[in-house]
Amino acid sequence: MNWQWFHRLGSPRWFYEKTSRWSPWVGTLALMTIVIGVIWGLGFAPEDSKQGNSYRIIFIHVPAAFLALAGYYVMAIAGAVGLIWRMKLSFMVMKCAAPIGAVLTFISLVTGAVWGKPTWGTWWVWDARITSMLILFFLYLGVIALQGAYQSRDLSNKSSAILSLVGMINIPIIYKSVDWWFTLHQPATLKFTGPSSIDPSMAYPLLIMIFGFYCLYAWLLMKWTRLEILEQEQKTNWVKELLLTGGIKSSKS
Amino acid sequence: MKFQFESIADLLSMSGHGPYVWGAYFVTFVAIATLIYIPYKLKRQIVAQVKRQQKIEKPAH
Repeated sequence: MNWQWFHRLGSPRWFYEKTSRWSPWVGTLALMTIVIGVIWGLGFAPEDSKQGNSYRIIFIHVPAAFLALAGYYVMAIAGAVGLIWRMKLSFMVMKCAAPIGAVLTFISLVTGAVWGKPTWGTWWVWDARITSMLILFFLYLGVIALQGAYQSRDLSNKSSAILSLVGMINIPIIYKSVDWWFTLHQPATLKFTGPSSIDPSMAYPLLIMIFGFYCLYAWLLMKWTRLEILEQEQKTNWVKELLLTGGIKSSKS
Repeated sequence: MKFQFESIADLLSMSGHGPYVWGAYFVTFVAIATLIYIPYKLKRQIVAQVKRQQKIEKPAH
């Protein structure tokens, strides 16, 4: 079997050059879908019969929470690949996934709190879903902290990877929390199996927003990883050449 | 599909839920804008650093 593609995948330079071409497309797609989704969700989706207009927060709350979880997979898998195959690029991806995931988790917690006030009458409860999301936030912060905790990059990469793998145990708890403990948080609105409990007029903008957030996440992760590559490889000739001979223009997008 | 609000004021107030909805969208916007801004700032720093390094290695005549 030809494993060349796999080894090429581990080359920061190859990644940098490829993503120069991809990232403008992904970024444009993200911007377009999110703008459409926000206008649709805020202005055109019908009012909810029970929650009134406050439910319009769903169009950012759910996509942010989706990506907070998906981003954790990305971080843990990148960490595992880095540990197993000692792939430098993989550790870079892991490192960059942490702050992006932390901000997305923060967004889902804050928008959830703001949504909770008019709907449940409180900003915060120690509900199972909310608490496990807060733990997810701390796991992300833990990885960020470990990245800065050691002098040796190798040591901080390995310990961050192990923390993110151990933290994977939290992921099924988050998914199942609304079913296992029937507390305050409403159960899933969109289901992959069986009919969703949401009207199509609200589901379409929500799906558009989820797709837009996936694109935004991919774009942000590329952008952050590219910068991490420049930072770590700034002593190499290709980076010097790129930065000193107007390569800045092409990588602006 | 029709626009759900009578006027701009109506859209902003969202029958009382406006501050919550717009507040949530605003926080999200600021948070994501920060995520976009950081790599730009970092890039400027790295370029400056590499240029400085280059000057030390190859001083201009």
